[in-house]
Amino acid sequence: MTEESQVALQEAEKRQVAETEAERTRDRLAFVPRADIYETDDAIVVVADMPGVDESSLDITLENNVLTINGCVEPMQPEGYSLTYAEYREGDYVRSFRLSDEIDGEGIEATLKDGVLHLNLPKVKEARTRKIEVKAG
Amino acid sequence: MLMRPFYRYRSPWSEMARLQREMDRYLDRTPRGSWWSEAAGYPAVNVWTETDAAIVTAELPGIDPESIDISVQDDTLTIRGRREREEMEDLTYHRQERRFGSFARTIQVPFRVQGDEVNATFEKGVLRISLPRAEEDKPKRITVRTG
Repeated sequence: MTEESQVALQEAEKRQVAETEAERTRDRLAFVPRADIYETDDAIVVVADMPGVDESSLDITLENNVLTINGCVEPMQPEGYSLTYAEYREGDYVRSFRLSDEIDGEGIEATLKDGVLHLNLPKVKEARTRKIEVKAG
Repeated sequence: MLMRPFYRYRSPWSEMARLQREMDRYLDRTPRGSWWSEAAGYPAVNVWTETDAAIVTAELPGIDPESIDISVQDDTLTIRGRREREEMEDLTYHRQERRFGSFARTIQVPFRVQGDEVNATFEKGVLRISLPRAEEDKPKRITVRTG
């Protein structure tokens, strides 16, 4: 049997949260979600892959410029079935980011679709890039 | 790709492995040994089985379910799809860890599948494919008549 892998999408393995990174209150595996972070003129956007997480099991906090994402996953257990072959494991997702710009905590928007979290973190007005004109003397 | 054998018949060894796995899960630690297989491609899959059916699951966050193509032939399941990156302008990336592109994964299930009864759902970025065993592949029960 051949595997028609077209490269590009690989790295199927999930990165597990190191035990020393955080004390977990839940007796569950925890993974670091893969994330993209980008910045526009007026916001920082975090996009994170968190398959298995829905709105009700997601918790986002911002404290002292540290953004923490916590998503809980209910492990699958189809009734009457047993797991006979496994390549991935299920677990929660935990990740923290230190944000460099001042973020307007009130304006944070989060959406979750198909297991992908989009976080829009608007910068406070003062932190937005301002163009400083140099006047000729 | 060579598939690892499925435990079609529950041998004492598979039972041992199952117990070990449950212990590992219970103790919340990384299982050692061969049970957890290295993913042989994207996406990584898990296979659940019972006598006359199998469920294959895969984590495919951010993939448009419309773009997932599932095909089954005899005992072979193929999942294809593509994850598109949104095109955006005027931004600076600080981190790029998410992967995009096409994928195709072929796996073998322990029996021939009733192709017209395959059923797939996609929820929270998790694909779940139910594969019932083909009628002609099911073991026949033979009743012994007394003379």
